[in-house]
Amino acid sequence: MRVLAAMSGGVDSAVAAARAVDAGHDVVGVHLALSRNPGTLRTGARGCCTIEDSMDAQRAANIIGIPYYVWDFSERFKADVVDDFVAEYSAGRTPNPCMRCNERIKFAALLEKALALGFDAVATGHYATIVTADDGSRELHRAAAWAKDQSYVLGVLTADQLAHAMFPLGATPSKAEVRAEAAARGFALASKPDSHDICFIPDGDTRGWLADKVGAEPGAILDRSGAVLGTHEGAAAFTVGQRKGINVGHPTPDGRPRFVLEVRPSTNEVVVGPREALALRELAGARFSWAGRAPDDATTEFACEVQVRAHADPVPAVARVSHLDGLDDREQELVVTPTDPIIGVAPGQTAVLYVGTRVLGQFTIDRTVSAVPQPSLVE
Amino acid sequence: MTTGRHARERLSRPMPAEVIEAYMAALAVVGNPSSIHTQGQTAKRMLEEAREAVAAAVGAEPIEVTFTSGGTEAINLALKGLWWARTGTRILSTRAEHHATIDALEWLERHEGAVIEWIPVDSLGRIDLDALAAALGSDVALVTTLWANNEVGTVQPVKEIVALAAVHGVPVHADAVSALGQLPIDFAASGLAALSISAHKIGGPVGTGALVTARATVVEPLLHGGAQQRFRSGTQDAAGAHAFGVATARASGDLAGHAARLTQLRDHLIAGIRSAVPSAMLRGDPSDRLPGNVHFTFPGCEGDSLLYLVDAAGFSVSTGSACRAGVPEASHVLLAMGLSEPEARGALRFTLGDSTTVEELDALIAVLPVVVTRARSAGLA
Repeated sequence: MRVLAAMSGGVDSAVAAARAVDAGHDVVGVHLALSRNPGTLRTGARGCCTIEDSMDAQRAANIIGIPYYVWDFSERFKADVVDDFVAEYSAGRTPNPCMRCNERIKFAALLEKALALGFDAVATGHYATIVTADDGSRELHRAAAWAKDQSYVLGVLTADQLAHAMFPLGATPSKAEVRAEAAARGFALASKPDSHDICFIPDGDTRGWLADKVGAEPGAILDRSGAVLGTHEGAAAFTVGQRKGINVGHPTPDGRPRFVLEVRPSTNEVVVGPREALALRELAGARFSWAGRAPDDATTEFACEVQVRAHADPVPAVARVSHLDGLDDREQELVVTPTDPIIGVAPGQTAVLYVGTRVLGQFTIDRTVSAVPQPSLVE
Repeated sequence: MTTGRHARERLSRPMPAEVIEAYMAALAVVGNPSSIHTQGQTAKRMLEEAREAVAAAVGAEPIEVTFTSGGTEAINLALKGLWWARTGTRILSTRAEHHATIDALEWLERHEGAVIEWIPVDSLGRIDLDALAAALGSDVALVTTLWANNEVGTVQPVKEIVALAAVHGVPVHADAVSALGQLPIDFAASGLAALSISAHKIGGPVGTGALVTARATVVEPLLHGGAQQRFRSGTQDAAGAHAFGVATARASGDLAGHAARLTQLRDHLIAGIRSAVPSAMLRGDPSDRLPGNVHFTFPGCEGDSLLYLVDAAGFSVSTGSACRAGVPEASHVLLAMGLSEPEARGALRFTLGDSTTVEELDALIAVLPVVVTRARSAGLA
């Protein structure tokens, strides 16, 4: 196959590209330029996006012996990932930009361009596994290295995208093994640190970066009854479930910590309360997709596990697709009921559904139902 | 389609065997040209003979030739050196210059208080002489121009620029890196204060270039430490200079014949592309352009798609502008010529050289329609 290996300049994607070559594919390395202005995104970033990263990727491609190009996706990245991130936070939601990048850049803009130019697949250094089912359809599964598993951020991929995706690291038992392989292959980037932060926020200060973009005005911190407890420096920097950064100057009467329960961007208010008030008994979203084969009848309740963050544990649940009352009958939503109430879910987050190791699908959480007898905390 | 993907440099000018031989032989000569001992003297002689060869090729006196580490250093030395030795405060240039010029000028603006005035270029990339005349004055420190545009090939009216500047006593620097070996250059007759050239454009080694400065021109040095040359310190690279000298003598010996051959190839390629891909737009002056330069934009195509596909078919081309800091960008030259960014993104530059054959060009022309159709289907990212 003719394979385009997306090379960030990191260890994983370099080893993935090398393995694609070893597997006998005709591989070309491509580094995605995600910012045109080297002064902002491309300086000081960790893990991707800097000039140095592009040089690291080029040197790895050179050692592997494959052609290497830099393709400019900066405009698409800004519109589909960075601006989306800002807009979501401005609306009081908590987006996952890596997921958005997979959905709209790596496995959309890049994949479409690759297919148009004659490639058969895009390979990345993600830790996830693709399994071909008995009926020939492709399934997305967790990686062998559970600790590094990235199937969550790939949950947005559809059957068509999975048909052209390749994850050569999926079966590797650990990151240490990938690093050792990189060293053995002579990649100087073998010892490069992992990237953890959001690549377009160079210093890792998400709150400061957001304050710059969405503006930060002091506003009120309220309790659930609406009483003002204190002030904050800008509601957009808060996310539901957050504990740090709530400075109201005095402890709760019972001494227990406060958590962010709700962010109200329109009034610049942050509502806080006890941890149990975060418990939800239902999550739902109208924007959902199936990773490969859809359930035979998704309108009938089916058992699954739901995972709400990249590194959260999956919890048992039942799910079904339901038609939204009072709306056009094509309007549907995916509704998930965890067996036990689930804590710390923010609107805008993605819920990924699993059956065993298989990713079934995902949805963006836009509606929740509280498990505690309070007025609905999230509209 | 992938056959020959690794065939590189077909369309560029490789170092000729006689230059490689001269370079190797010179590397065997041990000695610092500044040393007084015999080996040093041998190196010194080699260096000065090279200076004479380069000077002769561009119509300058040997003392006017300062060897540098390449075109970029020559341009930086000329612009910063002339600025530091100036009387005026303004610098006149165009937005269609090479990045060595634009970046150096922007640095002077940020760090040295220079006031840069960007004179417009027309749709062919040629400087607007009326605008230049209007902007000139005795408070202008210097004017800098390309001899010929490295991307779109358009030859600049250097004589007219110098004449206009001379009215106000303003020194003019020309970046002749792309012109060397393709167009006749007579420094003495040009009236220029300074001229930058580079060895690798004529089959000499990368890492060697020269700044030619008139005897009367004062340039403040960039590098200090020994004053081995008029405006430049540092142990001189006798072997590099020697190879530069041999390449220069070789190129200037048959300049007219070489230019005529390239012109024929160029016009063949232009006609071939126009007929194979009727939507393609030739950029730069159709005839008054570098003999070895062909530059087209292909509407609806992304330059990096074109580059990948042409490269995969076995031809080395460029997207028009070199990647800037690793990031491919729409060419600033095309933007300066008034193209929109989407138009400017679908650019391909073809550089013809000694080893280019009509058969290769015909093979390239033959693959272009498929390449362009495919690139267009990949769209603009």
